[in-house]
Amino acid sequence: MNCNETTKNYYRVDKLPHIWCPGCGHGTLMNAVVRAVEKLQLNKDDLVIVSGIGCSSRAPGYLDFNTLHTTHGRALAFATGIKLANPKLHVIVITGDGDSSAIGGNHLIHAARRNIDITTIVFNNNIYGMTGGQYSPTTPYGDFATTSAYGNIDKPFDLCSLAQGAGSTYVGRATAYHVTLMQRLIEKAIQNKGFSFVEGLSICPTYYGRKNKKGDAFEMHSFYKNNCVDIRVVEKTPEKGENKILIGEFHNDPKPEYTESYQVIIDKFQGMGGN
Amino acid sequence: MAYKLVQGNEACVEGALAAGMRFFAGYPITPSTEIAEISSQKLPQYGGKFIQMEDEIASMAAIIGASLAGVKSMTATSGPGFSLMQENLGYAAITETPCVLVNVQRGGPSTGLPTLPAQGDIMQAKWGTHGDHPTVALTPNSVQEVYEYTIKAFNIAEKFRTPVILLMDETVGHLREKMLIKDPSEIEIINRKKPTCKPEEYIAFKSDDSIPPMAAFGEGYRYHVTGLIHDETGFPTNNSQIADNLIRRLVGKVENNIDDFSYYEEYKLEDAEIVILAFGGVSRSAKSAVDKLRSKDLKVGLFRPITMWPFLEKQISNIAQKVEEIFVAEMNLGQYYLEVDRVAGKYCRVEKINKVNGELITPDEIISVIGGKYELQRNN
Amino acid sequence: MNKFEIQLSGSGGQGVILAAIILADAAIKQGLNAVQTQSYGPEARGGASKAEVIISKEEIYFPKVTKANILLALTQNSYDKYIANLDKDGILIVDDHIETDGDIPGKVYILPILNNANKKFETRMVANIISIGAIYALLGEKVINKDIMINTIAERVPPVTVEKNIAAFKEGIKLIEGIYD
Repeated sequence: MNCNETTKNYYRVDKLPHIWCPGCGHGTLMNAVVRAVEKLQLNKDDLVIVSGIGCSSRAPGYLDFNTLHTTHGRALAFATGIKLANPKLHVIVITGDGDSSAIGGNHLIHAARRNIDITTIVFNNNIYGMTGGQYSPTTPYGDFATTSAYGNIDKPFDLCSLAQGAGSTYVGRATAYHVTLMQRLIEKAIQNKGFSFVEGLSICPTYYGRKNKKGDAFEMHSFYKNNCVDIRVVEKTPEKGENKILIGEFHNDPKPEYTESYQVIIDKFQGMGGN
Repeated sequence: MAYKLVQGNEACVEGALAAGMRFFAGYPITPSTEIAEISSQKLPQYGGKFIQMEDEIASMAAIIGASLAGVKSMTATSGPGFSLMQENLGYAAITETPCVLVNVQRGGPSTGLPTLPAQGDIMQAKWGTHGDHPTVALTPNSVQEVYEYTIKAFNIAEKFRTPVILLMDETVGHLREKMLIKDPSEIEIINRKKPTCKPEEYIAFKSDDSIPPMAAFGEGYRYHVTGLIHDETGFPTNNSQIADNLIRRLVGKVENNIDDFSYYEEYKLEDAEIVILAFGGVSRSAKSAVDKLRSKDLKVGLFRPITMWPFLEKQISNIAQKVEEIFVAEMNLGQYYLEVDRVAGKYCRVEKINKVNGELITPDEIISVIGGKYELQRNN
Repeated sequence: MNKFEIQLSGSGGQGVILAAIILADAAIKQGLNAVQTQSYGPEARGGASKAEVIISKEEIYFPKVTKANILLALTQNSYDKYIANLDKDGILIVDDHIETDGDIPGKVYILPILNNANKKFETRMVANIISIGAIYALLGEKVINKDIMINTIAERVPPVTVEKNIAAFKEGIKLIEGIYD
C-alpha cells in the first residue's frame, strides 16, 4: 500500500482499508489521534489504546500500539485497570457517543470524577452506526433514526458539559472538519496529567445524514465549517455564538491525579503491616 | 508456625496476596465486602493497588485491564454482582486473560437474602456468561481451604490463561476458625508464560500447547486484544473454521487438563454403600452426618468436590459404580444434582437434599433423610 | 466435656461478636479447635445480635450451635429470642435486668453485668468483657489458660482500654465465683 511515513509508523498497514463507510468522519478523527501521538513523540510501546463497541471502537485495530477492543461501554473501566496497574503507560480511550454516554455513561462520569490520567476521545456521530442507525444520547431532539421513526423526543447530552461537570480536568471539542484543532486538543489532552475529554464531532452520512436529509459527506462537513465557532471568539463577542456549535478548549484546570495520589499512599504504607 | 483465628473472607485476601495478587477492583456487596475492605488496607502495604469501582461490571473490567498490564488481579462479589460480572467474565475467557473472581454466595434470586448463605450460583458459574466458554470454579469449605484454594485459583488462572471463579458461600466467607499461614517457600506459585521471541515474531494467540504465551502491555509486544472471534494474530475474523478452532481450543485447554486441578475430598468412602455428595458449607454438615450415620451402622461416606467446574465426571462416575445411592445435598433446589444425576444416574440412584431458606443444611436434616430411608428399609 | 457450644446475645453495639472472637481466638491459642459465627444484617444496628463459638478438642465440622451449653443474654429481647436454643443441661447467664421464665432447665446465673460495667468501669462498653470473664469462670482454667485469655483480650481491644478490659474480665470471674462463695 502506498502510504506516508506517519501511516507506516503508526498504522497496522496490513489491516487497512478500514471498515468505515465512505464519507464517515471517523478516519479523519483517528488520524488526528495519530498525528497528536506523533507530534508528542510518544513511545509506541508505552501507549495503550482502549475502545468499547461501535464504529468508533474499531479504530484501535488499525493502530500499531498496545490495543484493546473491549465490551460495549466499558472501555474506561478496562482503561482504569490498565492505568492504575501500570501508571507509566499512556492510556487513550477511543469511544463513541452511545458507547461513552449511554451504556458507558456511568463509567465516564466516575473516571472523570477520579481524575485518573486517561485521555478520552469521543467520535460523536449522533447515532448508533454499527447496529444500523438507532438514536443515541446525542441525537438532536426531533431528529430521525431507525428507532425514532416519528422524531426523537429524548433530549441530547452535551458531552463536554457532562464530562466537565463530572470532574474532567481537560475538556475540548472539535470536528472532523476542524482537523488541526482536533489534533491540538488531543495533544493538550494527552499532556494533561489527569482525566481529559475531547469530543470529536464526526459525520455519519450513511445513517444520521440520510435519515435527516443532511446531504452527503461534503455537505455535512460544510455544515460544521459554517456552524462552529471557537469558544475564544464567543468569549469576546457572545453574539457570535448564537445558534452555533462551540468548539475549542473549554476547560483546562489540572487537579491531583488519581494514580499519583495512590502512589502517595503506597509510599507511606508499603512494607508496613503483615508484609 | 502458629495457628491464627481468621475469617474466611480474610483468608481469601491472605491467599491472594501469597499468590501474588497486586490489584483488586471491587464494589461493596454483602457477604463479600470484607474481601474488598481488607484488600484496600493490605494492598498498598505490598505495593499493590486497590480501587472501588462504580459497579461490578467496571470491577470485572478493571481487573482484566490490570491483568493485561501484567499484574495478578482479583475481584470479589456476591450473587447480584456476579450477575453483572458475567459480561466481562466472558471477555476474560475469550481474551484468555488470567484473573480470579470470588463469589461469596448468598440467597437469591435478585437481592434475595443478602446476609444468609446459599449455593444457588452453581449453574450460573458454569453458564452465566453467554456462549461456549471454559469454566473453572473451586469451592473451599474451611478457612484454611479458602486460603489454599485462593492460591490455587490464581495458579490455574495463570497457567491456563483463563478466569477462575472461587465459589464460596456465606457460611465459609464469614466463618472464623484457625488457619495456618504458610511460609512463602512452601507455596507453589505459577506465573503466566511470557513470550521469549522477538516482538516482531510474536503471534499473540498462537501456541504449541493451546495456551499462548502472554505479553503484558508495555513490554514491547504491541498486539491487539478483542472480544470478537479472532485469529491467532488477535484480529477479528468471521472465518467459520477459525471460529470453531478458537472456541474448541478455549474450552479444551481447561477440560482436557482437568486432571491438573481435580480437587476433592473422600471421607469414609472405601466401603460406603450410600454417599453424600456435598460441597462448601454444606459439606461440613455432611461430614458430621456421615459420622453419626456410621454410628447407626449405615455404610455412609462423603464425596466432596472442591473443583466444581469442570465437573469431576471420572471420579463421580467411579463412585456411582460402587454404591447404591448418592444424596446430593446443596443449598439450592438441585443444581449440582443435575450434573451428578447425568453422570451417576445410570449406575445408582441419585437423590436430592435441598434447602433454600437461608439456613445451612444441618447434619440432622441429612441424617433424617438418609437414616429415615435406610433404617426403615432395614427394619422392613 | 470435649465440646462447648456457646451462644452470646445482646443488642447490636454491645460487643458480643468481639466477645465471641476473643473466646475463639484464645481457644485456638490454647491448641483447641474453635469456630466462630455470627448473625449479620439489621441486627448489627440495634436489634438482637447473636454470636456463636464452638470450642472442641476434636475437629469441628458443622459450624453452628445446635444446642447451647452456655447461653449469654444481655438484653430482654435477645433472651426472648434465643432462650429456646439452650441445651437442657445448659447454663444460662443473663443480665440482672432481664425477666426470666421460671422453668429454665439447667443452671441460671443472674448477674449485674451492665450495672457493674456502668458502676465500676463507668462505661457500658466493657459489658462484653465482663461477660467473657463470667463464661471463662464457668469453662475453667482446664479449658483455657488464664494468661492466654488475658493476652488475647489485650490483643483484641483498643490499646488504650487494655487495662480497663482486663479488670472487667476479672470482674466477670468474680461475679461467678462470688456466687460460689
